[in-house]
Amino acid sequence: MEVVMAFVVGGMYAAAIYMMLRRSIVKLVIGLVLLSNAANLLIFTLAGMKSGAPPLIPPGMSMPDGAAADPLAQAVVLTAIVIGFGVLAFAVVLIHRAYEVVKADDMDQMKDTDR
Amino acid sequence: MLYAILSTFLVAAIAPAVHRVTGRASGWVLGILPAALFLYFLSFLPAVSSGESIVLSWPWLPGLDIHLSFLVDGLSLLFALLISGIGFFIVTYAGRYLEGHRDLGRFYVIILAFMGSMLGLVLADNLIAMFVFWELTSITSYLLIGYNHENADARKYALQGLIVTVGGGLALLAGIVMLAMAGGSYELSEILANGDVVREHSLYLPLLILILIGAFTKSAQVPFHFWLPRAMAAPTPVSAYLHSATMVKAGVYLLARLNPSLGGTEIWFTTLALFGALTMFTGVFLAFRSTGVKQVLAYSTVMALGTLTMLIGIGTETALMAAMAFLLAHSLYKGALFMVAGILDHEAGAKDFLQTGGLRTALPVTAAFAILAALSLGGVIPLFGFVAKELMLESVLEAPGLVGILTLLAVLTAILGVAVAAIVGIRPWFGSRVETPKTPHHEAPPAMLAGPVVLASLGLIFGLGPGLADEGLVNAAAASVQGAPVDAYLALWHGVNWPLAISAFSLIAGGLLYWRWEQARRALAWVDQAAEYGPEKGYFKMMDGLVWISEWQTRVLQNGYLRYYVIVIVAMTAGLVGVTAQLFDVSVSAVHFERLQIHEMAIIAILVASMLFAVLTRSRLGAVAALGSLGFTVALVYVLYSAADVGITQVLVETLTVILLVLVLFRLPGFLSLSSTALRLRDAGIALVAGGMITLLMLSTLDARLFDSISQYFIEESEPSGYGRNIVNVVLVDFRALDTLGEIFVLALAAIGVYAMIRFRAEDRR
Amino acid sequence: MSMHSLILRTAGHFLLPLLLLFSVFLLLRGHDEPGGGFIGGLVAAAAIVLYLFSMDIRSARKVLRVDPRDLLGAGMVLAVVSALPAAFLGQAFFTAQWWEFTVPVFGEIKLSTVLIFDIGVYLVVIGSVLTIMLNLAEAED
Repeated sequence: MEVVMAFVVGGMYAAAIYMMLRRSIVKLVIGLVLLSNAANLLIFTLAGMKSGAPPLIPPGMSMPDGAAADPLAQAVVLTAIVIGFGVLAFAVVLIHRAYEVVKADDMDQMKDTDR
Repeated sequence: MLYAILSTFLVAAIAPAVHRVTGRASGWVLGILPAALFLYFLSFLPAVSSGESIVLSWPWLPGLDIHLSFLVDGLSLLFALLISGIGFFIVTYAGRYLEGHRDLGRFYVIILAFMGSMLGLVLADNLIAMFVFWELTSITSYLLIGYNHENADARKYALQGLIVTVGGGLALLAGIVMLAMAGGSYELSEILANGDVVREHSLYLPLLILILIGAFTKSAQVPFHFWLPRAMAAPTPVSAYLHSATMVKAGVYLLARLNPSLGGTEIWFTTLALFGALTMFTGVFLAFRSTGVKQVLAYSTVMALGTLTMLIGIGTETALMAAMAFLLAHSLYKGALFMVAGILDHEAGAKDFLQTGGLRTALPVTAAFAILAALSLGGVIPLFGFVAKELMLESVLEAPGLVGILTLLAVLTAILGVAVAAIVGIRPWFGSRVETPKTPHHEAPPAMLAGPVVLASLGLIFGLGPGLADEGLVNAAAASVQGAPVDAYLALWHGVNWPLAISAFSLIAGGLLYWRWEQARRALAWVDQAAEYGPEKGYFKMMDGLVWISEWQTRVLQNGYLRYYVIVIVAMTAGLVGVTAQLFDVSVSAVHFERLQIHEMAIIAILVASMLFAVLTRSRLGAVAALGSLGFTVALVYVLYSAADVGITQVLVETLTVILLVLVLFRLPGFLSLSSTALRLRDAGIALVAGGMITLLMLSTLDARLFDSISQYFIEESEPSGYGRNIVNVVLVDFRALDTLGEIFVLALAAIGVYAMIRFRAEDRR
Repeated sequence: MSMHSLILRTAGHFLLPLLLLFSVFLLLRGHDEPGGGFIGGLVAAAAIVLYLFSMDIRSARKVLRVDPRDLLGAGMVLAVVSALPAAFLGQAFFTAQWWEFTVPVFGEIKLSTVLIFDIGVYLVVIGSVLTIMLNLAEAED
């Protein structure tokens, strides 16, 4: 699964970057969402994908039963998801404000307003 | 010791308040601190002069082997006494000199902080601590030189001083790190004991060059000498302090301090002796042809710094003894003379020697002690300056090499030095009375006279009784520069010998030169034109170049088109990854697709489909829906592969994200179609290269594992020491709680930013 | 921005207390089972957002009682405070401290700085998400 995921994640990166290269500002937002999902999946994939091995310890034991998936990568991804939401909200509102002020959603026009 | 240095910063912090409360007396009140420090350092004197050196240490960053440790030996104690002693006079002097100045409170803050940094610099035993204090002196002196910040020149030259010294500081940092590698420790006391190891280390040459750049910039050696006279834009008390005992001597201190571990080699001798002698001559030559009171003094400081560097370079016992004696003599007379310059300015409004003359009746006390200090500067018997100069000439004559050129420069310097001393000691006081911009009505106030009187008198006392200075400290200081006890001694009378003959000759020749000062200056007018092409021009060229480069890179790189930023970043990353992969021979081992199960295929199909749809659709709602479908599928991946917590989080965040996008995006216009097909293809190409690079990276990483994951530790310790059975949560709130704290900070910041953008609109302020 | 749907409104009304209770449950059990401050906070925030869509801004603010920014600040303070006890005991910053009590009826209760920290995370997440969402919804009106 990891090998296939490597291609999927690469595709997601490509999609995200393609969207960020567009001039329409709404597409930039979509690119951002794609990019944060892609980065999360990248970390998750590289930590090794094991099914049926949650990093939980059954009651009364001191170690997980058998192998456990990498808890550190999971913790990293978990916080990254939440922060990603905060940053996305910030970006979206920023773009919205910029649009309100300059009345342009073509980034080339936006750029020209600060001259 | 720690408290002694910290106290200066603490007092600095409350100085404006003290100033407000005590008003006119603030100089005396704040002067208590340096006076107390002086007495405190004096208490080390008996132990140090008997040859002991004391190391005091506090752990600072023990993990990095950085300690806040202090080394009290002859050299550092000599400096500490000069810094605190002259500091006392400066603070009281400034209280009167800058009386009524709007920013006097701020002045106290900076000068005390500067004093603390300087003390820290000379007393530090740890190289890193020393470097921190070194940079602090650069920064505080920048603030001091630019004290009259409404004056464009003051700002400009403060910046010049800062850039030259901090640039040198950068080199010094690199040098220090190498020195620590070569010497095996960051503690000076250990490095100095390991001189041979350092000298034979392969890094010796690079580290020497870097450290010399640091020391030469700080101590204004040729070709970095130009910043020092420019720094005269500072108020006079600052000049008096920075150029007598402190700031500019820091470089000399560094050379002296490191002499036991770096000195004694051919290159050390040649570089230091040559650069020092050149600086010495350049300084005195430029001093001779300047007329500004502070300019003359500043250039003669350059001369002194050159002399000290040369002497340390020569490195014989006599030379080191001469260096320490000269250091002490110079600090005394130069401190006094700068304060006299301030009195001239304060009482008579005179900033140029041509504006002065015949002031001895109006300012009798000032005149008397100015002459005394000038005699020491000229090296006239029986002042301490004479003792130091005799030793200097003696060590030049006995130098292990380059005797001819060094002697020539030393003799010329001695002659011009006498002329300069005459300019300072005769011109303002004797002759016919010249109308000064301000007519002095009374002698300077006691607070301003105290410094010149005491410092100049000390020059006489040490001159008459050189043993006092010798046994007190100079010998111990020379011993710590040499790294071994010194067998030389100071004396007023060495008998009739070559140095005495040179001294006598220079007195006569220098006197003649002074007599013909006007003509000589006119004859030297061409130097002005030559100076246009001096190293200062290089400095300005460099600054212009920096501005040009930043304009260029702003135009080209910061062009305001997001997509070009993205392209540059992607191209850079792909390029660097490519090169690294080549260099380290990274390869992707045969990719083997294992057989996918049906649900895995379904997941991947949905991921790819929603991704493509999000990119290709022309409807915003469609794109948001596609993102939602992608997000929930990713959540499914997390859940299927044993990450329940992550999956739940992803589901919740995905829901909120869709709501967010619906709330905002639909208030923006629909998608625009702005690019041509060719551009789209180009962008698609770039995107595919980037994506392909990620895939390759992932594939090459999948079966390469260089380190054991720390995760195993978390898995094993979660229950026993974290008391939690959900390992992910234990990692988040216990093992890596500090990271989580940072993360919720980011989240909170983002939320506050959103709030600010919605609530506080620019229009409201109009 | 009320969406006048009876079903949604009724659901919002009844689900809110349940979801909030569930979020606290998730928070408290998070150390041993899936859950924790992040997830609990997101559930609680989602519950309020659901309520916001079923009713309107004013009732959402009313049901919340406090300004979400206060929750955010309180959360940050709790998170930082939880790091301090270790410093006073001469241990590294953020070293977890555990205290065990035996309370009648409830049995043994374990309190810890870790729990305080997690509550801080919980509050920061609720506060952040709601600060963003409520203000955006308000700007919409």
